[in-house]
Amino acid sequence: MTATHAGLLSRRDWLLSERPASRMQARLGRAYVAWRRFSANRLAFLGLLIIIALLVVAALADVLAPYSPTFGDLKGSRLLAPSAEHWFGTDDLGRDILSRVIFGSRWTLYVVILVAVIAAPIGLLVGTVAGYAGGWIDAILMRITDIFLAFPKLILALAFVAALGPGIENAVLAIAITSWPPYARIARAETLTVRNSDYIKAVQLMGASPFRIVLRHIMPLCISSLIVRVTLDMAGIILTAAGLGFLGLGAQPPLPEWGAMIASGRRFVLDQWWVAGAPGFAILIVSLGFNLLGDGLRDALDPRSGDQ
Amino acid sequence: MSTLLEVDDLRVTFPTRTGRIEAVRGVSFSLGRERLGIVGESGSGKSQTGRAIMGLTPPQAEVTASKLAFDGIDLLAASPRDRRALRGKRIAMILQDPKYSLDPVMSIGRQIVETLRTHEKVGKAEARARALAMLEAVQIRDPARVFDLHPHEVSGGMGQRAMIAMMLIAGPEMMIADEPTSALDVTVQLDVLGILDRLVSERGMGLIFISHDLRLVSSFCDRVIVMYAGKVVEQLKASELGRAQHPYTRGLLNCMPKIGADRHPLPVLDRKPEWAV
Amino acid sequence: MTAALSVDRLEVVFDRFRALKGVSLEVQSGESFGLVGESGSGKSTLLRAIAGLAPAASGSITVNGKKLGARRDKAFYREVQMVFQDPYGSLHPRQTVDRLLQEPLAIHGFADGEKRIQRALDEVGLGTGFRFRYSHQLSGGQRQRVAIARALILEPAILLLDEPTSALDASVQAEVLNLLEEIRRRRKLTFLMVSHDLAIITHMCERLMVMQNGEAVEHLTAGDLVERRVSKDYTRNLLRASDGFVRA
Repeated sequence: MTATHAGLLSRRDWLLSERPASRMQARLGRAYVAWRRFSANRLAFLGLLIIIALLVVAALADVLAPYSPTFGDLKGSRLLAPSAEHWFGTDDLGRDILSRVIFGSRWTLYVVILVAVIAAPIGLLVGTVAGYAGGWIDAILMRITDIFLAFPKLILALAFVAALGPGIENAVLAIAITSWPPYARIARAETLTVRNSDYIKAVQLMGASPFRIVLRHIMPLCISSLIVRVTLDMAGIILTAAGLGFLGLGAQPPLPEWGAMIASGRRFVLDQWWVAGAPGFAILIVSLGFNLLGDGLRDALDPRSGDQ
Repeated sequence: MSTLLEVDDLRVTFPTRTGRIEAVRGVSFSLGRERLGIVGESGSGKSQTGRAIMGLTPPQAEVTASKLAFDGIDLLAASPRDRRALRGKRIAMILQDPKYSLDPVMSIGRQIVETLRTHEKVGKAEARARALAMLEAVQIRDPARVFDLHPHEVSGGMGQRAMIAMMLIAGPEMMIADEPTSALDVTVQLDVLGILDRLVSERGMGLIFISHDLRLVSSFCDRVIVMYAGKVVEQLKASELGRAQHPYTRGLLNCMPKIGADRHPLPVLDRKPEWAV
Repeated sequence: MTAALSVDRLEVVFDRFRALKGVSLEVQSGESFGLVGESGSGKSTLLRAIAGLAPAASGSITVNGKKLGARRDKAFYREVQMVFQDPYGSLHPRQTVDRLLQEPLAIHGFADGEKRIQRALDEVGLGTGFRFRYSHQLSGGQRQRVAIARALILEPAILLLDEPTSALDASVQAEVLNLLEEIRRRRKLTFLMVSHDLAIITHMCERLMVMQNGEAVEHLTAGDLVERRVSKDYTRNLLRASDGFVRA
């Protein structure tokens, strides 16, 4: 007992060492400090738990789901109220809603991750290049950004889906196309604050190319505020995807996507509330999780408070 | 000589995540109607000493003293309201950079007038006249023009003069100047010091001059307190600086390059841990 | 002796404001040259123009006999390096000392990076214990030492020093000045140093130029200053100011 205690203590000292002996130790030490600050925030920790739970449920959907998400018993189990057999009840086609919600988590993750992977790098690249280059490059890139920002997000996504055709892949693409401009704005603002600093001047004086400066010296400074923003936007992305699903332009039946499930449940919402209620509640919980996580990350990653 | 300020065993403590940090650890001195210099390097606690006397310590910090009295008023026992009334009216403070101490959206003249009218009941016309006279007293050549300018429209030296005018308008008896000339060019610095010097001797104010520049302080002040790691290591008359006893004071004096002293390499300060004890 | 650096009638204009009004100077190889003046005198602008950080409107800059164009090539940066005034602003906040020192080596494709980093850290008196620290784990003096190590790692011949000690405490200033002198002696470097402090310039430099409002006021040697052989009132004012306050 005491031995492990001492082991833990020394590992902590090693991580928090003022004079790390290797690149690895320095990096781990910094991550550990951020983690300590993050985990001290209980609500953020709750958010992280929700997201981890989402990941686990999505990964183990086949094992966890008691019934098939797409085939129901049309004869004997249509629109059953929640019971021991069907925890969340069944829908109009006799499918178990719990199983559909569990499988739906995969689609939610699919949408959220794809949008983040597409939109955040585009925004980061456009913003940092515009901010660092200035002049006409900045003007052109930012006017394009403005055009995208001028439309309401959902309307623009609708237009794209209408043009590309309904389906979950196109919905993802549409949401990604409409959500990068705010990231570009953030990245550009951050870039403008650091581009005239002495440490960037010093790298210029090393003879570094503009490409290298943007990629290796400016982008790392923008990433933390971008991560925070993306995490906070996750809830919005889920809701937009659900909205498109609800309007029939996102996931198509019989895919168990939460937004589409609410759409099909709205016909019975007064008498069989659980059909729309269960996926709605799932959206609420996951959105809340991402928001809490984002708030915690903001405190943990903020470079201004990070210099402790 | 009447004593204006008495400080005995002043301590300022900041709580941090890793424990409590004592920025000021038992500082004692008294101030009459004189120029007192407080000298030290960054982290010596000199600025926190000035702020604690002013009542401008951040709220999370803890200030204790066995005595902290201004003209017989116990500053630590005084209500926040009483301390506010003292600040500006009887005790004034000048900070390093006028840019951060003056309100950027209000003209210099109006700021001075406002300061005067919060502390005294005077009519608008009289307040304006007194503000103009004060601007003239800090050797601003065209006071009527500067009166209507905003802080960003004047140079650093002019801004610092305006700041001094604003601080002196209510006729304080004691002034704390925290690095008042460090942001200024050397020639302007001396002008500003000259103005301060004249005002202090004419009005019989007590002045606490906080600075990192030992030589400047010793040429300007009557007495000098040398601080290191939150403590006073030496108190001496400015004229007797050459006879300083403490190795820190001597080291600080020695390590600065001087015109005409050909010393290569410069003597460096060998910090002894026992100084901080 | 050849001129390591010569500047001829250099003009720098920012938005119609003439920051430098035709300044000329010549620094010999191995010499330490000082630029003195108050804020707005153009002394830092001159240094930045030489480094390529401020655009020259007219005039020319020659380094080791080679006239510089509007764009500096990589070879220039191996010849000329700079140390900035503010040690808190000149180190990247998200990079370790190791990363900071590796960057110039990576840009110029040096293979023996490991050895060079060790040597540079030893040379500025930091040792390898500091190698993997972030800049916020360093004091002002240590940061400035890292900045000097970074400037030295490409083995330049000319070092531009922009008030390298004005943000430091007096005792730390002495250490950094001593370090700079020692490095200059060992590596036979040419210094061009900017300062507002006449005492520092006379301590560090053999010759100097006094500047005011973007123009050269006069050229002096350190000896001239020590013996107060100055011809311009402005310089005399500066000299008097550096003596400290004198009660009228």
